[in-house]
Amino acid sequence: MDKPFAITLNIGSSLANHTGSWRNERPVYVNRLPPCNDACPAGEDVQGWLYEGEAANYEQAWRNLVRDNPLPAIMGRICYHPCQTACNRAQVDEAVGINSVERFLGDEAIKQGWQFKITAPATGKKILIVGSGPSGLSAAYHLAMRGHTVTIRESAAAAGGMMRYGIPAYRLPREVLDAEISRIVNMGVTIECNAKVESAEAALAEGFDAVFLAIGAHLGKRAFIPAGDTARILDAVSVLHMTADGQPPMLGRRVVVYGGGNTALDAARTARRLGAYEAIVVYRRTQEKMPAHEIELKEALDEGIIMRWLSTVSRVDEGKVTIEKMALDEKGFPQPTGEFEDLDADSVILALGQEVDLSVIEGMKEIKVEDGVIEVDEYLMTGRIGLFAGGDAVPGERTATNAIGHGKQAARAIDSWLQGEKFVHALRPELASFDKLNTWYYSDAPKTVRPKLDAARRASNFSEVVQGLDAETAVFEARRCLSCGNCFGCDNCFGVCPDNAVIKLEGGKYEINLDYCKGCGICANECPCGAIDMELERS
Amino acid sequence: MSTPLKFYQVGSFAVGNRLLAEEQLSEQSRPGRTNSLTSGHRACQGCGEALGARYALDAAMAATDGKIVAVNATGCLEVFSTPYPETSWRLPWLHSLFGNAAAVATGVSAALRAQGKTDIRVIAQGGDGGTVDIGFGPLSGMFERNDDVLYICYDNEAYMNTGVQRSGATPPAARTNTTHAVGANPGASFSQGKNLPVIAMAHGIPYVATATVADLHDLEEKVKKAMTFRGARYLHILVPCPLGWGSRSEETIQLARLAKESGLFPVFEAEYGEVTETKPIRRLVKVDEYLKPQKRFAHLFGPKAHPEQLIAIQAIADRNIAKYKLVNEATQLPADQEVSRG
Ligand SMILES: Cc1cc2nc3c(=O)[nH]c(=O)nc-3n(C[C@H](O)[C@H](O)[C@H](O)COP(=O)(O)OP(=O)(O)OC[C@H]3O[C@@H](n4cnc5c(N)ncnc54)[C@H](O)[C@@H]3O)c2cc1C
Ligand SMILES: Cc1ncc(C[n+]2csc(CCOP(=O)(O)OP(=O)(O)O)c2C)c(N)n1
Ligand code: SF4
Ligand code: SF4
Ligand code: SF4
Ligand code: SF4
Ligand SMILES: [Mg+2]
Repeated sequence: MDKPFAITLNIGSSLANHTGSWRNERPVYVNRLPPCNDACPAGEDVQGWLYEGEAANYEQAWRNLVRDNPLPAIMGRICYHPCQTACNRAQVDEAVGINSVERFLGDEAIKQGWQFKITAPATGKKILIVGSGPSGLSAAYHLAMRGHTVTIRESAAAAGGMMRYGIPAYRLPREVLDAEISRIVNMGVTIECNAKVESAEAALAEGFDAVFLAIGAHLGKRAFIPAGDTARILDAVSVLHMTADGQPPMLGRRVVVYGGGNTALDAARTARRLGAYEAIVVYRRTQEKMPAHEIELKEALDEGIIMRWLSTVSRVDEGKVTIEKMALDEKGFPQPTGEFEDLDADSVILALGQEVDLSVIEGMKEIKVEDGVIEVDEYLMTGRIGLFAGGDAVPGERTATNAIGHGKQAARAIDSWLQGEKFVHALRPELASFDKLNTWYYSDAPKTVRPKLDAARRASNFSEVVQGLDAETAVFEARRCLSCGNCFGCDNCFGVCPDNAVIKLEGGKYEINLDYCKGCGICANECPCGAIDMELERS
Repeated sequence: MSTPLKFYQVGSFAVGNRLLAEEQLSEQSRPGRTNSLTSGHRACQGCGEALGARYALDAAMAATDGKIVAVNATGCLEVFSTPYPETSWRLPWLHSLFGNAAAVATGVSAALRAQGKTDIRVIAQGGDGGTVDIGFGPLSGMFERNDDVLYICYDNEAYMNTGVQRSGATPPAARTNTTHAVGANPGASFSQGKNLPVIAMAHGIPYVATATVADLHDLEEKVKKAMTFRGARYLHILVPCPLGWGSRSEETIQLARLAKESGLFPVFEAEYGEVTETKPIRRLVKVDEYLKPQKRFAHLFGPKAHPEQLIAIQAIADRNIAKYKLVNEATQLPADQEVSRG
């Protein structure tokens, strides 16, 4: 080669110099478990569906969501959203309004008529589900998705369980409930109503390959309260059930509700809507100890419900109840004080919790019952082979979300069991806790607050209290997600590498060029969401 | 959707985003970026100077349709990029001496003008030593003649290439190999310092700006803006150096961010000698947070520390905050700090 004066070597590029050999550590793209996913009792991949929501790909977002939970429009209304309690964004400004986006997607699906698509081939296996509450419906959906033939038998006149006969319409409009149930029916699931199953053993003998008990807990708990002959005492579940049936009981103008759970609040709020001008909730402990959720208490107070903390009902007579004041002892337990007070009341509603109607398993000795609920193993199987149970009828938190989670778990367990296997959980990745994030990159934006109907107007009818997001606010809310532990395509790693050792691929993917990566760790440090881990080089 | 939606997830802080429209992407987020300084260079792990140079030159290349000639002073950037016969540069690039980059760039600019090729733009670049110390005479001349050159100083606050000696830009109390952490006033002295951005402004040149490798969007905008002017322009970029600062390689960007967020490194722009814009502090931090991770400041902490040194450094930050009005209504203050908002 002809070289200019004083040049002895050919010019070369530094690309010949593979600086990757300097490396002690290498960056690795990882998927960590977002706290929202971790907290969701239905096991939703919240971050995963929000990711599609951020791009306004609503149908894909909905499809990602319903992989785990087939009732998003319902859950978007009544779930107590533990996901939001766990959300990392709460430590930046305010938790992402996951539940409101979920509802938006659920409503959008109803509006657009999106349906489930079964891709699994038919297995020929027949499964009976007893009860059509959230656990029964969820199990039916997940089993049908796996190609099984599903029949639900329901003792009530319509499907839905407590979602129809407990939760009032002002929180869950029945059109929404109907729409999500009919989508499951459209998959080929048979729901037989007015069809009480008297014996689980007999049902198994009918030739079902497996039976799932999703019978809930419907018997209002009783407490002995001295009462005059003409005293009007009802239980909350019946009041709500009758109201849902369109035959509300006569409650009078002044109503006292006894209990501190959500059922008590729903009963009091329902009483107001049925015409009572005064609804007092009597609860033996304090506000902090109340099992009802904060949001519901707030909504109840907004509607003019009166709370009497640290009080018990000691006697009921016509037109009045006598309550005794309580005081907390040094251990924090309420103790009677001997101080009494009379309240005017036309009726008293007891909301002291519900019990499971166990008649369906009567005589089945191999099934263990403890504290009034059915014992199950980690696969939700009872002591009777082939008989599974979930939801309110088994130990655990009594929420619709948990019931939906049980339905999914039971379906997976039944599916594996039918194939002679045991369901194996995928390994849970490391939690994407707040300290894994680099929050510098997130800009501040407050949560979109769902508009609320004026409280006064709300108390007088059964129309829905909390209104939904529109498309623009939903996408705004979805974009507040920090995408904890999972790459969201921010290009930071690609940009910040001093050695150009990150390759940006099509479709929001990235790759490390190990020929040049020196292992400095800047990419991992500057990844906003903690999706890059530095691992020691072996050699 | 008819109206373009704002992106609330990361605002404009991250390098890019999968949801941004093509025209909203930063240069660094484009797969087809120039990579003016390509892989295989021999800079240390996590070198802020290598990063800053690519950020700045890629932006300049994008702003001029690839018509850039770069002139480099001696220093790390030159040494690690061009061990003969290899080069990491993907643009026309010249190196002459440690102290004459501004003069050589002036010559290149004049030669191009003589040939009528004024669409080809000239950048001179060097470290803080090559800029504020040995190269200062030619640079001041370049300013004074208003030669059509953008001069970029990559400030890592010492002579790093020769093993970390103090420069006119070394901050007070910093330990270098010529300012050991011994005696009554360990580390570099609390002198007047040599604030080159302000000296450049005093020349009244069209454009002066400061930036850091922690704010890519700001840096790219400033380079692009500089290319809209003719005449002498000066850009001063803070580029942390893990070797000389004794910091962990992954902390390079983090430290640049803290330098700005503590008020020690004010980020601003000036036109014709007047400050036109400053970047307010987003999350104010005490100087400790910036100094502590750096071994060159290790003697400021611990039982043998001289507390008055830390107080004096905080006072410098406070003075900058007041002078450049770096704290505004939106600034998040640390729980125990009171600062008057500008
Ligand atoms: C007033 C009230 C408000 C609530 N609010 C909320 C809320 O806002 N959010 C939330 O997450 N949870 C709420 N819950 C709890 C939630 O409703 C329950 O946890 C959930 O419905 C339990 O689901 P499940 O499928 O186990 O049972 P259920 O929903 O109770 O359904 C069981 C079904 O089985 C049927 N059944 C029972 N025995 C038989 C039989 N032998 N043969 C045939 N059918 C049978 C029943 O008729 C019923 O339809 C509320 C509960 C109440 C009572
Ligand atoms: C006239 C002259 N004196 C000394 C040197 C040795 N020398 C080369 S680079 C350098 C220091 C460079 O420091 P700086 O400009 O801050 O750049 P950095 O390496 O820190 O990026 C020195 C002293 C030289 N090349 N020429
Ligand atoms: S920010 Fe997003 S991914 Fe993180 S916990 Fe909240 S919803 Fe989940
Ligand atoms: S920033 Fe670049 S060199 Fe550093 S670890 Fe990441 S890929 Fe490797
Ligand atoms: S830095 Fe951004 S692009 Fe890279 S892995 Fe993290 S989220 Fe994904
Ligand atoms: S000594 Fe500093 S400036 Fe020089 S290559 Fe290393 S990190 Fe970069
Ligand atoms: Mg230097």
